[in-house]
Amino acid sequence: MSNTKVIHALYNDDDILMDAVKQTRKAHYHIEEVFTPFPVHGLDKAMGLAPTRLAICAFIYGCIGISFATWMMWNIMINPTGGWPQDIGGKPSFSYLQNMPAFVPVMFEMTVFFAAHLMVITFYLRSRLWPFKEAENPDVRTTDDHFLMEVSVNNNEDELVSFFHKTGAVEVKVVEKH
Amino acid sequence: MYTFSSKLKTFSFILMLLGVLGIGYGFFSAPKTIQDVETILAADSHGHHDAKHDAHATQKHDAKAEAEHNEHLEHVLHQLQNKPWAAVYVAGLFFMLISLGVLAFYAIQQVAQAGWSPVLFRVMQGITAYLLPGSIIVFILLLLSGFHLNHLFVWMNEGVTEVGHENYDKLIAGKSGYLNFPFWIIRAAIFIAGWNLYRYLSRKNCLAQDESNDNTFYKKNFKMSAAFLVFFIVTESIMSWDWIMSVDPHWFSTLFGWYVFASFFVSGITVISMVTLYLKSKGYLEHVNTSHIHDLSKFMFGISVFWTYLWFSQFMLIWYSNIPEEVTYFITRIEHYNITFFGAVVMNFIFPFLVLINTDFKRITWIIVMAGTVILAGHYIDFFNMIMPATVGDQWFIGITEIAAILFFLGLFIFVVFTALTKAPLLPKRNPLIEESKHFHY
Repeated sequence: MSNTKVIHALYNDDDILMDAVKQTRKAHYHIEEVFTPFPVHGLDKAMGLAPTRLAICAFIYGCIGISFATWMMWNIMINPTGGWPQDIGGKPSFSYLQNMPAFVPVMFEMTVFFAAHLMVITFYLRSRLWPFKEAENPDVRTTDDHFLMEVSVNNNEDELVSFFHKTGAVEVKVVEKH
Repeated sequence: MYTFSSKLKTFSFILMLLGVLGIGYGFFSAPKTIQDVETILAADSHGHHDAKHDAHATQKHDAKAEAEHNEHLEHVLHQLQNKPWAAVYVAGLFFMLISLGVLAFYAIQQVAQAGWSPVLFRVMQGITAYLLPGSIIVFILLLLSGFHLNHLFVWMNEGVTEVGHENYDKLIAGKSGYLNFPFWIIRAAIFIAGWNLYRYLSRKNCLAQDESNDNTFYKKNFKMSAAFLVFFIVTESIMSWDWIMSVDPHWFSTLFGWYVFASFFVSGITVISMVTLYLKSKGYLEHVNTSHIHDLSKFMFGISVFWTYLWFSQFMLIWYSNIPEEVTYFITRIEHYNITFFGAVVMNFIFPFLVLINTDFKRITWIIVMAGTVILAGHYIDFFNMIMPATVGDQWFIGITEIAAILFFLGLFIFVVFTALTKAPLLPKRNPLIEESKHFHY
């Protein structure tokens, strides 16, 4: 297993971090990851990350939800052969279409339910998060009030250290990454 | 400073001219007597309803049937005479409410101290300039209804509150403490005066802030906008009952005010977006970027969904409870207005939902203009559905008169709005949030 060196540059302000990220990208250094205590607006664009595809997943999950609700209400309320067709308030038309407006709230809720829950699960899977997982962030201060940028080193350690000091970092460390 | 291009000015005059001609034609061609109606109906039924026609012929000597037939003819006569009035009323109300919706949106931006929107304030003020002429026209139309030049509001008919009169209507009589002409028109005058007063003072303060050394005028506008929003939401609700819901005086819906509000609010936001895109295409508004456009599109999307929520809530509760005096409202619409009733849902919900749900699409000019055109047409149809069934009944048609009325008010709207835009710089330069607004990016 080869050990690679990375730089850990720590910042104590999100605006300084944003500027530093832009400068780093401009200087063509490779940013491995940025750890922040809260979501920083626009950081993904500044880092050059590809746009999220989670929204596409959300739309698909919503479609699954509304289809599931349609099927479910058919079987709960109408289906004459499948179980117990319901007659509520003297409206025994037993026609899906004629009773459809009453099912719309259910369809809506199911759409939201599927989209929301499946989206969270997808996000966890994509981020490789699961219960009892050990934290990946290299410095506990990134859960409090510090921002950490991790940059890979290619035999240019000294150059990078002085570069990051100039970007306003409060601390610059060279770390062996396993 | 913006200059009103002569091309657009000529275009607006052509629209107004076409509108006046079409509206004039509508009034001219409306039937004057029962005999006219009889020929119209005979021409209509020729071919399709031969059986019905024969039935009429055989009963000709039956006096009772004759009386009923005459009553029906008179009813149709009133509906056909209402048609040009209702066409003008729907279009006039719709364009006035667009500028009122923009005024509410503008006031919300002021009260929220929104950082993104000040670069759009002058556009919004340009659109709200139409409020004064628009509301005066609507007020005149209300007055003319009160003077019985048309039968848009059946509760104004002679004798509806008089016991023993042939027009006596117990339900309307019970509401006459509220629904009577003097009180109704005084309310209208107060509402219109209040809205216009806020629009006038807020514009004045916004211009004064440009030349000021401190933020006094900005703070004044903040306080005034908060007061206006309270006044607005009460008066808007009452306005919707008075000017729209009361054409069906037996029927009521408790969320009607919100429903009408959602309809003209989304139309107003759409118009802000479209005017902004037009000005940008002419090289103005250099500080407006795609993020501002994106935010407006999000509002178009969000309020379209909100409108649908109210549309469906109103429909489902009444459909489910199925109480005769309530459900008749929707039965009329589904039977006689099927295409416009469900068409409005397609145009105001399904289409904008599927098109504007995509993030990238919210920044593309031609998509916004296309979706916006459908939304505006859809909400015109929404107001059409609110007014026409009670005033014109099954004699409705979106023909020369209706389209001419839209063209006339569109021409007037363009003329007033773009004239107002030339009156002040398009950037409120001393607004305390203007820097944030210029650098709004995400």
